[in-house]
This record gives sequence, structure tokens and C-alpha cells, in this order.
Amino acid sequence: MALISDVTLTEQGLEPAHQGRVLLIACGALAHEVLAVKRLNGWQHLDLQCLPANLHLYPDRITDAVEKAVLAHRGEYERFFVLYADCGTGGQLLAKCQELGVEMIEGPHCYSFFEGNAEFASHPDEFTAFYLTDFLVRQFDAFVWRPMGLDRHPQLRDMYFGNYTKLVYQAQTNDPALDVKAEECARRLGLAYERRFTGYGDLATVMAQAAG
Amino acid sequence: MADDEIILADLSDDELVMQMHDDLYDGLKEEIEEGVNLLISRGWTPYDTLTKALVAGMTIVGADFRDGILFVPEVLLAANAMKGGMFILKPLLIATGAPRMGKMVIGTVKGDIHDIGKNLVGMMMEGAGFEVRDLGINNSVEKYLAALEEEKPDILGMSALLTTTMPYMKVVIDTMKEKGMREDYIVLVGGAPLNEEFSKAIGADAYCRDAAVAVETAKALVLRKHNQMNA
Repeated sequence: MALISDVTLTEQGLEPAHQGRVLLIACGALAHEVLAVKRLNGWQHLDLQCLPANLHLYPDRITDAVEKAVLAHRGEYERFFVLYADCGTGGQLLAKCQELGVEMIEGPHCYSFFEGNAEFASHPDEFTAFYLTDFLVRQFDAFVWRPMGLDRHPQLRDMYFGNYTKLVYQAQTNDPALDVKAEECARRLGLAYERRFTGYGDLATVMAQAAG
Repeated sequence: MADDEIILADLSDDELVMQMHDDLYDGLKEEIEEGVNLLISRGWTPYDTLTKALVAGMTIVGADFRDGILFVPEVLLAANAMKGGMFILKPLLIATGAPRMGKMVIGTVKGDIHDIGKNLVGMMMEGAGFEVRDLGINNSVEKYLAALEEEKPDILGMSALLTTTMPYMKVVIDTMKEKGMREDYIVLVGGAPLNEEFSKAIGADAYCRDAAVAVETAKALVLRKHNQMNA
């Protein structure tokens, strides 16, 4: 499969290939990682639909978008698996998935399941950290800088980030170019920098359940 | 100087107030400060300056934010401009005995450092005539309760931005119940992942979607509370 651009994943998402028994409905920000885990394991029976990653800018729209995707493909697949964490829906996505009878990944957000939900929960004191994943480092301007208006009004930076102390880059892959960019993101936000390799964390475990 | 530059001092009172609404919308802090000083120098009361120039202007900003015309960065700039005006007016309001609606203690819950929404609510509540004690971020139940004991406010406001921190609001409310003090206060909650259902489930009095809703809800519930006390 040709590499899908981050811009497409951010604004449009990814349509399913209509091949396979299980449909994974995921956030566009996870597309590269989901496809990598699928490829590594040869899980050809998993199909993937991604919703636009920029839904994260409007978390109240995520639940409806996921429901619409499930209902649009009912009858086409044996099972559905939702690869969104709670993602700011305040429990509404979980309730909807239960109502629809589909499974979803556990955790409050992708920063948690990439590190591993148990591991992430073990440092509750880290609440002054601002997290970025591989996708978010690549799309920092589209997801952080521009939506917050920092390109037009840099003076707002400390109103947004004044209470944060560090930027933690959760690396899914070892890519020196992304490390450099993540450190630059930290500098732009006025935060200390920390790199933490997570790999795919609980995402890989959950995908194994979905594939089984 | 550009030919089309507006000289605030040359405007009539009505024109100046309309211009201040525009300047608030555009987040122009220095112009707002100048406008406030001009109105006061023309004999306006601090209360009228606050309500007719600043609060009315921020109400337009709030409505356009709710309707998706303005976004968070623009609202923050407007709030920053209003803050500049409020800074001038606050001591004058106290000195002139402007009408007070009630008192609120507000803070972001434990484990949460997000305060943009909470700050907006606090500022709009002050604009509406409430005295506000802002506890800041990362507040434990002990800190909330100590502030309630100390301030004896009408309202406790709690804010959370994270799914992981919003359950702490229930910890605070449950502790208030255990101590037999829950009914002494109106409890308002807000924050991006919250909703009406959550607010009811944890035993709050109301969920406030934004700062404008918080102000209207606070006014209505304080009035109801006072009516009940007087009945």
C-alpha cells in the first residue's frame, strides 16, 4: 500500500479497503502505527477505516462519527473494533460502543495506551507534561500551533502552556529526524524536553485481540 | 498616523462604547484600557463602564464563540483585553460600592493544570458582579473545603479538562456531603469532557457549557437560593 499522507489522514481520514472480516475504526493519527502492526503480523483479515484525525480538535464530535462509521458498515464485517481511547468524550464513546456491541481500546487517550495504560497510570504526578506522538510531532503545526492561534498570536503561548513544565515525546519509532523536530517543538512551547520510546504499547496487544 | 485611525477621545459616549465592543472583539487591550479611562473621566460610574462597555462587549464575543464564528485564540485575546479594563475598574468598583450578586470560589481540580476556561468563567463572573476567589489549578478536596470555610461563598465552581481528572469533582462533592455542608453551596462544574449527565451523576447543581452559561446559571441559582431563604 502506498504511504498515506498525514494531511489526508488529518483532514479526510482513510476509507476501508472492503477486504477482511474485522473492521478497525481508528483515529487518523493512528493510521501509520495500525498499518505497521498489521503488516508486521500479516493480519490480512483486518481492514482499517480511519476517521479524520482533526476530529480531536472537536472531541464532542468523535462519538457520532464513530457510530456513523459502524452503522455504515454493518453486515459487511463479522466484527468491529474501535481504536479510539476515551479521547475527551467523557465516557460517551465507551457508552456508545457498548450500545452498538463493539469493542474499543481502553484508556483515557493515545498517550496512555502507547506507553501502556498501566505504566502511564503509574506516574499520576506527571500531569504537567505535554505529550506528543510520532504523528503529532510530524503534524505539530496543524494540530497544536495553528489551531491554538500561535502562528498569529505568539503572545498567547504562556496562557496555554504556562502551567506545563515539559514536553514528552513518546516515540513509536526510532527516527532521529523526529527527535530533532520534537525537541524543536519543546523549544517553541518554552518547555523542557524528554524523549520516551514507547513502541506501539497496548495498541499492538489490542490489535492482537481484534485479530484473534 | 494613518488617516483612518480612530481617536477614541473624539468619539461621543455612544460611539466610544460601540468602538470598545469592536476593540474587545479584536482583542485590543491598550484601546480598551484607554476607553475605560475615558469613560471614567467623563463621569461614567465604574459599574456602568463595566456592564455597558466591557460585559456587553464580551457577551458578543461569547455568543460568536458559541456559534462557531470565533475560536479559542480570539476569545483569549478578547479576555486579555477585558482583563486590562477590569484591572482599572476593580478598585473603583469596590470604592463605589457597586451592586454585588454573590460570591464564588473557583478552581481547577487536583491533577489538572488547565485553567483557560476557569479563568474566563472567573472573569465573566466578576464582570457580572460576583466576588470571585480563584484557587488556581491542581486543587485538593482539602483546599476547596478550606476556601469554603474561609470565604463562605454562595457558589463553588470546579473545572477539569481531562477525562482522568473530572471524577475528582465527585470526591469533593461526596466529602461536602459527608461533612453535612453540601446544601450550603451551589456547585457548578465545567470543562471540555463534561456534560449534563455527568454533572447530575456526581451531584452538582449544574453543568456550565461556557462562561456565559456559567454566569446565567449562577445568577438564576443564587436568586432561587435567596428566595428560598426568604420564604
